[in-house]
Amino acid sequence: MQTPAPFEYERATSVEGAIASLERLGSDARIIAGGHSLLPMMKLRLANPEHLIDINDLHELSYIRDEGEEIAIGALTRHVELLDSALLAEWFPVFREAEQVIADPVVRNRGTMGGSLCQADAAEDLSAVAAAVKAKVVIRSTSGARTISMGEFHVGPYMTAVGEGELVTEVRIPKRPGGGSAHEKVERRAGDFAIAAVSAAVWIDGGTIADAGIGLSAVGPITIELTRAEELLRGRRPSEELFAQAGAIASEDCSPSADGRGPADYKRHLAGALTKRALRRATARALHQEA
Amino acid sequence: MDVTITINGEPVTRDVEPRLLLVHFIRETPGLTGTHWGCDTSNCGACVVLMDGKPLKSCTTLAVMCEGHEITTVEALEVDGELDPVQQGFHEKHALQCGFCTPGMLMTSRALLDENPDPSDLEIRTAISGQICRCTGYQNIVAAVRWAADHEASTKQEAGA
Repeated sequence: MQTPAPFEYERATSVEGAIASLERLGSDARIIAGGHSLLPMMKLRLANPEHLIDINDLHELSYIRDEGEEIAIGALTRHVELLDSALLAEWFPVFREAEQVIADPVVRNRGTMGGSLCQADAAEDLSAVAAAVKAKVVIRSTSGARTISMGEFHVGPYMTAVGEGELVTEVRIPKRPGGGSAHEKVERRAGDFAIAAVSAAVWIDGGTIADAGIGLSAVGPITIELTRAEELLRGRRPSEELFAQAGAIASEDCSPSADGRGPADYKRHLAGALTKRALRRATARALHQEA
Repeated sequence: MDVTITINGEPVTRDVEPRLLLVHFIRETPGLTGTHWGCDTSNCGACVVLMDGKPLKSCTTLAVMCEGHEITTVEALEVDGELDPVQQGFHEKHALQCGFCTPGMLMTSRALLDENPDPSDLEIRTAISGQICRCTGYQNIVAAVRWAADHEASTKQEAGA
């Protein structure tokens, strides 16, 4: 039987209360929402929090809102809500595509946006999506809120910039015109973690790529933001040759490990091929030529 | 700590350690062993129950997290000796061999039909994609859910006629 080690449990009734508990309990405390990443880690003693603070009652953290220049997603928003959101599908179809291949429908009823990012598992899909669409993460504490980029958020394998006494409350994504996005994933079987996955977003202005975002999953110790390829794409006209160059950068700049899901050179190959495909489809969407 | 969970309409109270998983609470306290405890890693889906009508893997949920929620287990499907249409479908279409995955499959199928009374085969396959049948009897499970959907549609039509 797999059971977590003993811990103390409390159910938060407000965001302020959850933050106060986090501050009081320090590094011994962890937030639990869906629990579908944290509880397996606790069963394996890879995580051993002495206190769990359950935020499932904080419905004020569950929303997907159009706030004019940005889309705001509450940290407690479930995968199934990200999958079903018409607003996200309109602006960032990459969310729906990724959500269709994240775990399985039963798990998606529980797992959350904030939990996925805070787990900081390099093989997890939503972190790559968030990196590609240039999402920002809002972190609250008793001294107020701070907002950081995805690049600043993930600081190492299973490590984030969230400090003691801090709670991730929201993810914000800037709405920019001319955008298109797509997610590509290769997995061993339905519901598994990726062998490799790539999220891409492009913003096209007057026939050239004004900006691009690319996030790679499962091909390094943390989610990889492919900044060298993003720089290459900016200001250029989209073409197959350009996408192939970006793919070559993905193969070079990733650092996969060989494991049960495949050897490193295969994963490098996948990173390149999936980057090319994701860019191709994201661009077609931006140009309303969806393939 | 004391926790009260409503299981199949009945409140059940017990003093538990916070680390007790929902699957064990259900099997030990009201003694409802229809919910199976399988892989313990949220992969196999044998432990699926409904929480507020939605499928949930009870091996990856703490019992204390369920206070104030309605849990429905496989035992609630049959009412007054009448099997639920999904149970009838599993019988008609021989959708179980060893039967270990069946409670979870039934609960997910029930929730699917409650939300989508006329699912395509692909929608059925997607709905049960988080569950494993080690007898590999998937074809018959899909056929059973299809049977249940058709049966419910025709029953509804008769009632309306």
